Amino acid sequence: MTPVCEVRVGLATCGIAAGAQRVHSALQGALAEQANDVVLKRVGCIGMCYNEPLVDVVSADGSRTTYRHVQEEDVARIVSEHVLGGEPVEELLLQPDGFFDRQVRIVLENCGLIDPQSLREYREHAGYEALGEVLTQRVPKDVVDEITAAGLRGRGGGGFPTGMKWSLAAKELACEKYLVCNADEGDPGAFMDRSVLEGDPHRVIEGMMIAAYAIGATHGVVYVRAEYPLAIARLEKAIADATAADLLGEHILGTDFSFDVAIKAGAGAFVCGEETALIASIEGRRGTPRRRPPYPSTSGLWGRPTVINNVETLANVPWIIRHGAPAFAQYGTQRSKGTKVFALAGKIKHSGLIEIPMGMPIRDIVFQIGGGIRDDKAFKAVQLGGPSGGCIPASLADVPVDYESLKETGAIVGSGGMIVLDEGTCMVDVAKYFLDFTQAESCGKCTFCRVGTRRMLEILTRLCDGEGEASDLDRLVALGNKVKTHSLCGLGKTAPNPILTTTQYFREEYEAHIFDKVCPAGVCKALIAYAIDPECCKDCKLCVKECPVGAIAQGDGKFKVIDRSICIKCGRCRSVCPFGAIDAISERGEE
Amino acid sequence: MVVASLPHRSTEETDAIEEILRDCPASPAGVIPLLQKMQQRFGYVSETTLTRVSEYSRVPLSSIYGVATFYSQFRLTRPGKHTIRVCLGTACHVLGAGEILDYLKERLEIVEGETTKDQLFSLEPVRCLGCCSLAPVMMIDDETYGRLTRKALDDILASYGADAPS
Repeated sequence: MTPVCEVRVGLATCGIAAGAQRVHSALQGALAEQANDVVLKRVGCIGMCYNEPLVDVVSADGSRTTYRHVQEEDVARIVSEHVLGGEPVEELLLQPDGFFDRQVRIVLENCGLIDPQSLREYREHAGYEALGEVLTQRVPKDVVDEITAAGLRGRGGGGFPTGMKWSLAAKELACEKYLVCNADEGDPGAFMDRSVLEGDPHRVIEGMMIAAYAIGATHGVVYVRAEYPLAIARLEKAIADATAADLLGEHILGTDFSFDVAIKAGAGAFVCGEETALIASIEGRRGTPRRRPPYPSTSGLWGRPTVINNVETLANVPWIIRHGAPAFAQYGTQRSKGTKVFALAGKIKHSGLIEIPMGMPIRDIVFQIGGGIRDDKAFKAVQLGGPSGGCIPASLADVPVDYESLKETGAIVGSGGMIVLDEGTCMVDVAKYFLDFTQAESCGKCTFCRVGTRRMLEILTRLCDGEGEASDLDRLVALGNKVKTHSLCGLGKTAPNPILTTTQYFREEYEAHIFDKVCPAGVCKALIAYAIDPECCKDCKLCVKECPVGAIAQGDGKFKVIDRSICIKCGRCRSVCPFGAIDAISERGEE
Repeated sequence: MVVASLPHRSTEETDAIEEILRDCPASPAGVIPLLQKMQQRFGYVSETTLTRVSEYSRVPLSSIYGVATFYSQFRLTRPGKHTIRVCLGTACHVLGAGEILDYLKERLEIVEGETTKDQLFSLEPVRCLGCCSLAPVMMIDDETYGRLTRKALDDILASYGADAPS
């Protein structure tokens, strides 16, 4: 038997929310008492959010045993039976479910394995080796060429070639240049950048330094969402540690290269993900975008040449330098190289953080990695790219995930949000949800976005309320195309995408809302009614107790009926019914 | 402008404002971090705060007000003892966040952005808290609660001292 030498607890936001902090405290107490030679380590997110809290027990030979859904009360058994006794606790073990089988981990290489707060551990895992190589053996142009050859493209959603962006800024002559890391991850349903910052912050800093060296920048700024306090705290610690180790500051590693990094916390504005709005925000103003050109690579922060790269883009850089461009380019498709991290969520069994080679079909992601749809319902669509993206229907599930193929469908790769939708999701409601978001987040500077998003939202609201008119569908599409063409920045240009893709692929659902006044998925309140299925009802009366308006009463037979003239459609009866006897049906009465 | 006017706090408040200003550079770029610090200290940014930040940073009050109202993080009214942030991200939306929010509104008898009469809770919908696998999610102050149901909400609210549902 190999002795246990280390115990790891996943302590990223998702793990903590699931109770990992309490598990960590319990382990701390138990190990200190019974096995104080065993190291207890806090690690970042391994990606299996659906199994949190996760605990790894590592043996001296490096073998790793993973426990899932660990609660405080399980800690005593794990310590006594496994750490001390050498016998794994069978019923808590993570069973292999294919989640990792087809993933390729470049960006997430260290996430969930190393202590994100430890510079020493990062260095033990080849950390800052790429920086050392670049500073001592390569000229800046070499670095730009390597990234260009690798085919790395912007992972924030735009997909602009990173090497080209760098070479544009490198050509500029200026006394000061800036390198900005965009960590303003505003898409609802996306948490890739948060996980990387929380799980491997030094990697992002190293990527920034290599980029800065390549373009000749001396100052760096990380613009992080204020909603990510843990990511900010870990980044602050990483910057302080790197500065203390002379990896940041003047004459780094004894060379002429100097670089410092400051953190700017965003204050909650989705539009600040747009480059020029982000710059305005760092400068202390309202985050409104401006016309381009000049592009930030010519005139950016404080009027200086500035490169703005997304967290994931930068996290790829050290790996590419260490392994070379061909190693990176072996993954992916002709024009989309490498891997992409996605936050897989929604009505899927395995929700979490995944990293896949570009070009993997959507079907494989949903069914092999994601384990299929929850409660074995029918797969309806995936929503990619958040409010800027689109919905791809199940009929196109064989489309490979790469920049060009997705663009053809009307959706985008986006920053990495991937929400899986099932038959119980109303596509008109989804479109309305995203428009509600973009309308609220529109900065109001240009007319097409400010007025256009509001008018589109009004139409969608009308449809969901059962007040749609025959002409609404055409008006919606025409308006969407205008907003897409004429808006000033990316927010407005992409805001109609959720509408344009759903009207294209789910037209019949829109028509049902407009002409039949029916919501086929049973979501839009104005178009549904609740009914009790006498076949399934066991007369337990839970629904009667739960109903806030007393709409459920004894019918003619032995089961209950809902009085539609009183019912407020709050849905509570359905959520408490233990037998699934209550369903939403269309207002007209048919199922 | 809707701002709580609380004259009796003024000297205490102005002292605290000056204390924060001492450690911050006076520049237009420092406006957002300054407002963030003020909000962290007081829970919101008052008219007094905005006026003082304007003088200190040499940025017109209208621009400071513009910044404070542009970013969703800043509050111009005093929040309750606990802030409930309900996630309305995509994953939460498709898994019933709307019902959770409706139930909270009903239980607390307030709408989004308001504070309960007893000053115990403020209710703020947010776009995404980034723990989508636990959807639907909310945070009360710094604590995250996932896989919410009505029953779970009753228990959670009770643990913060809310009255039991009527």
